[in-house]
Amino acid sequence: MSARQKQRRARLAVFKFASCDGCQLSLLDCENELLTLSESIDIAYFLEATRKAIRGPYDLALIEGSITTPHDAERIRRVRSESRFLVTIGACATSGGIQALRNFGNVREFASIVYARPEYIATLATSTAIGDHVAVDFELRGCPINKRQLLEVISAFIARRSPTIPAHSVCVECKRRGTVCVMVAGGTPCLGPITHAGCGAICPSFARGCYGCYGPDEAPNVASLMTAWTQLNRPPDAIARVLRTFNANAPAFRNALTHENDQS
Amino acid sequence: MKTIKVEYLARVEGEGALRIRFRGNAVRDVELRIFEPPRFFEAFLRGRHCAEAPDMTARICGICPVAYQMSACAAMEDGLALSIPNHIRDLRRLIYCGEWIESHALHMFMLHAPDFLGFDGALEMARTHRDRLKAGLLIKSAGNELIRAVGGREVHPINVRLGGFYSLPPASELLALVPNLASARDRALEALEWMTSFDFPGFERDYEFVALRGSNSYPFMGRRLISNKGLDIVANQYDETFEERQVPYSNALQSAIRARGHYVCGPLSRFNLNFDLLSPTAAEAARRARVVPPCRNSFRSILVRCIETIEAFEQAIEIIERYDGAGPAYVEADVRASTGYGLSEAPRGTLYHRYRIDDAGLITDATIIPPTSQNQASMEDDLREIAPRMLALDHRAATRLAEHVVRNHDPCISCATHFLNLTMERE
Ligand code: SF4
Ligand code: SF4
Repeated sequence: MSARQKQRRARLAVFKFASCDGCQLSLLDCENELLTLSESIDIAYFLEATRKAIRGPYDLALIEGSITTPHDAERIRRVRSESRFLVTIGACATSGGIQALRNFGNVREFASIVYARPEYIATLATSTAIGDHVAVDFELRGCPINKRQLLEVISAFIARRSPTIPAHSVCVECKRRGTVCVMVAGGTPCLGPITHAGCGAICPSFARGCYGCYGPDEAPNVASLMTAWTQLNRPPDAIARVLRTFNANAPAFRNALTHENDQS
Repeated sequence: MKTIKVEYLARVEGEGALRIRFRGNAVRDVELRIFEPPRFFEAFLRGRHCAEAPDMTARICGICPVAYQMSACAAMEDGLALSIPNHIRDLRRLIYCGEWIESHALHMFMLHAPDFLGFDGALEMARTHRDRLKAGLLIKSAGNELIRAVGGREVHPINVRLGGFYSLPPASELLALVPNLASARDRALEALEWMTSFDFPGFERDYEFVALRGSNSYPFMGRRLISNKGLDIVANQYDETFEERQVPYSNALQSAIRARGHYVCGPLSRFNLNFDLLSPTAAEAARRARVVPPCRNSFRSILVRCIETIEAFEQAIEIIERYDGAGPAYVEADVRASTGYGLSEAPRGTLYHRYRIDDAGLITDATIIPPTSQNQASMEDDLREIAPRMLALDHRAATRLAEHVVRNHDPCISCATHFLNLTMERE
């Protein structure tokens, strides 16, 4: 066995689709760990960090962003075929992101609002999650993701173990950090009971209700939360508005609202 | 005919491509193409509530979310004639300082410095310049700490709202940051000295520089926009002063001053138009580094970014030392039909928002003009000017030079809400 083979380090690649770049920036935001990380793994493809681009196959591909163009629908297949593990990072990649609001409107109309020559825009009518196009090995939530969780996911996949990322709600994180419930004590509407953990319950610690940027948790009871919001005298469309944001296309959020509309 | 094609521009935020065509030795055309798929923010903002704009528009750009939040708040508050108390203005400037520091450090140390030193990227640079990069990461993390303390997290802070903040950070928490901010500022002072030793190509252009003019300090937010060529307007005159033009080879929109044409915004502009407002430490550092207005060489923007980083540290420390944590966290807005105009200085240049809202506070029309689309025409002009020098280089070196020229303006392609997957349209 050659020395080179013995030392072959795991290859990491980062790909961007329709997104704000915030999730991949989280990797550069690991100021204290970045240099160590780059010594233990091979950052083979990360256009925002280096022009050096090593061809696949890759051991781990991190995918930011959603699929919104025919070209990108092709590109994600190519990326999948050259990656051993594929992990989506953030709400865009995991549920379609804020740009999935087009899924509830008319994309042609949207285009003509923004562009003088909408006929030239190569775009799909929908913004969809990576998982709607290819097999995904793990989905990391958040808009943006939490960088500690990102480091955990990278080390887990490199070590071939499953990442320790709890799927319970933000509520549990509030209890854990000892934040007084903003909804019960302060009457502030909060999505914490149905939102996936991971951020560490930031909003309630700033006296703000959670607005669901991590998307639905493992078993969200949206209907009962809607009742709770109504009891706080929120207009019926208040919760609908919050669900129609960064994770609007996540099935649990999308279906809760469709269901609601059917009833009314 | 020789064609230089650069497929991907590495190390610009987002992805773009560039094509320069020559006829003989003459540049025929330059096309800076952006792959960024459209996300339609201005469309889906219609029908949303005015209070939702700061969080929604933050998602246009993960590198400068604070800028989007600030311009959105400024525009809504302008329309609603909401007056913002000084302690909230200070805190806004403070979180904005954090974003300048974070974004400038990222650009200087991880994106731009490798261009000067001939590395593919920061991680390659780390092999021989580890301490420099470490200093850069330390500066960057000091900026991020500031954003976290005021905003809750570094990317898409959660604490900003229309009228102010959800809650005010305790004074003690901010005070605890000062020692770290001061030492990071000293690292920035050293970095400036290091960067002056870089090799700067002779490349002076007669840009029209456009930036906010500060009233008594170097500007982050404000209403008065000026230039070195006589422009002097307030925010609500923006639309009559600027236009977005459609260029013949693409349907990407580029900003121009109606009366004159292309211009630049960003660090060079702010510096040239507000040098007298720099804090003593930053001004002194600039003079020592022999960077004084007018600075017309965009390669030297890395020095100006470093001076602005020092300025941001100085302002942040000064704000924290005055801050007592008292006062309401926000002022309540009285929602009614209105049109509002908001300007602020994102790290890479002026960011304009305009909203029309109805009596229920719902947005009926939104316009967002990010710095990158304002600078795109000038980036192409720079490339046109430097292209003849590229002819003498091999493809690899030419590519590097072109990327370097684009990077001088710190383009953030995700910001460019108007950029699209271009279709060629030729004669
Ligand atoms: S999930 Fe949010 S933070 Fe991440 S890329 Fe998408 S918009 Fe940006
Ligand atoms: S509390 Fe909710 S909205 Fe706030 S950061 Fe966490 S998941 Fe996102």
